Amino acid sequence: MTLGPAHLAYPLRRYGMDHERYDWSLLAERRAVRWPGGKPLAVWINVSVQHFPLTPTAKVKLPGGMTMPYPDLRHFTLREHGNRVGVWRLLEALDRHNLSASFAVNAAVVERHLGLVAALRERLRDGPAELVGHSWSMDTPHAGAIEEAEERETIARSLGTLRRAFACEVHGWIGPGRLETANTPDLLREAGLRWFADWVNDDMPYPFRTRAGALWALPLPTEIEDRFVVLDNLHAESSWADQAIDAFDALLAEGRGAHGARLFALSLHPWVMGQAHRVRHLERVLAHVAASRDQIWCAMPSAIVDAVESPR
Amino acid sequence: VTLATDLYDDWPYRGRPRITWPGGARVAFWVAPNIEFYELNPPANPQRAAWPHPYPAVPGYAIRDWGNRVGHMRQMRLLDKYGVRGSVSLSAALCEHHPEIIAMCRERDWEFFSHGIYNTRYTYGMSEDQEREMLLDSMDTIERHCGRRPAGYLAPALSHSEHTLDLFAEAGGLYTCDLFHDDQPTPVRVRGGQRFVSVPYSLELNDTIAYVVNKVEPRRYGQMIRDAFDQLYAEGAASGTAMCIPTHNYQVACPHRLKAFEEALDYVTSHEGVWVTTGREIAEHYLEHHHDGALAHIAATSESARATEQEAP
Repeated sequence: MTLGPAHLAYPLRRYGMDHERYDWSLLAERRAVRWPGGKPLAVWINVSVQHFPLTPTAKVKLPGGMTMPYPDLRHFTLREHGNRVGVWRLLEALDRHNLSASFAVNAAVVERHLGLVAALRERLRDGPAELVGHSWSMDTPHAGAIEEAEERETIARSLGTLRRAFACEVHGWIGPGRLETANTPDLLREAGLRWFADWVNDDMPYPFRTRAGALWALPLPTEIEDRFVVLDNLHAESSWADQAIDAFDALLAEGRGAHGARLFALSLHPWVMGQAHRVRHLERVLAHVAASRDQIWCAMPSAIVDAVESPR
Repeated sequence: VTLATDLYDDWPYRGRPRITWPGGARVAFWVAPNIEFYELNPPANPQRAAWPHPYPAVPGYAIRDWGNRVGHMRQMRLLDKYGVRGSVSLSAALCEHHPEIIAMCRERDWEFFSHGIYNTRYTYGMSEDQEREMLLDSMDTIERHCGRRPAGYLAPALSHSEHTLDLFAEAGGLYTCDLFHDDQPTPVRVRGGQRFVSVPYSLELNDTIAYVVNKVEPRRYGQMIRDAFDQLYAEGAASGTAMCIPTHNYQVACPHRLKAFEEALDYVTSHEGVWVTTGREIAEHYLEHHHDGALAHIAATSESARATEQEAP
């Protein structure tokens, strides 16, 4: 059957984007950003602490979720390994290289891993660290036909649980699987958040329109995320480390140039990199980053937003 | 339908007339940056979904937008550094969405060839009239914004009909990038009998195929490019070969892949005897110097092959 006329009609063929969420702009033509201390490169490391329910019900499946008939003990326990064992390895590796991280936490983690919550609470109190909203669990995808009220409630319940359990504020959001409904950015802004990191369409933060005002979009590249490289692309752990290091070097070189400072953002998962056979490769990346300490600003995401919001 | 055999004849690589490139080069080398616009909410083609996620398909859309906002400049600086003029495989609507990118490419005398209107509008299911309308729209738009009518075509998202190449040749096109049957340009038979050629693009060195479909590690991708070049360079001593690196600003220009691409570009362009050129220049040179001889040789080869076949007991 021949296509209908809509397939040769282009109502949004115009200057700029084909939607209203943000303005089109070339990174290279924007005002150069300077980080505190004039450092050419900000380093943002985010650790996503996730809970994968044994009995998932959502229609949209997220990476890492159950794949076998109930009870999928192999995947359930392998993910739990991240919150029992792996995360401690990541924390030690970060501490060893004197690097700090933000923690995007599924609120369901709060009920299951009390020891971990206590340790993270301490880190958040002493800093530098930042708590980031990450929805309820890896079975609450913000995608597809979810009722707006239901999504609003999931966001409020998740943020409320985190604020109570960790006794600190939450300013940002990383959606599970980086998915969104058409309403997600509006609901995040209405929930009082300042930034989110679902749209990886830039190397620097930029303002994203919502019906409640601007939300800062921060880039957290999927392309060098541990899970994506090692489990989706099936690259060797050593190759993941090469890729992260090559990215760091390229961005540091660019940040030293005439076009302004840059941001290296690294997304980690305890259930991936915390495995015994992987953590040494994370160590190599962290050592490489730490070796350029005089060139980098190890930054929390909200501090990055502060820096771009009020340029010095 | 015998579409594939209608387009070209079998023609063994060994024993063909010698191809000579300008300056006695062994390899005609070109880089084809795909500069594309993907729509966030395109009309749904019944035969192929544009996005793997329900609307809004943020991950897929965002990384492609990253390519235009960030990746393009990064790739362009590298191509500048190694003296490569890009042959742009262009979503024509990008002329309207992002004219700044077009202006920068024009300043560098890059070539623009047609890659349809949007990379989220597939040829599947189009009538011949619809496909012609889309093709002419893309060619007119590119001519209007880029200053010259495109000579080449790569179907949007590599989506074809049985008449894609016929229609493009009828619209005045000279070459296609859609066929992967050879490492040298070859004549392509179209229903109107126009002189029309295939310029070897590449599927497996295409960064999106390498990185997304075949999940190749970045440094290995760089090595694949160098290995392919070594082979084509060696063979090019006897008869000219052609090598293309098809790129996408959202793949090759990612910070973790830039170094591998730069090392490969450095390697290729540091050799003597490499004609660093564009798709159009390869097509025009071939049409002027080699096309008719190739046709004659193909006819003679087929005839002698048939004769040998008949003599066989």
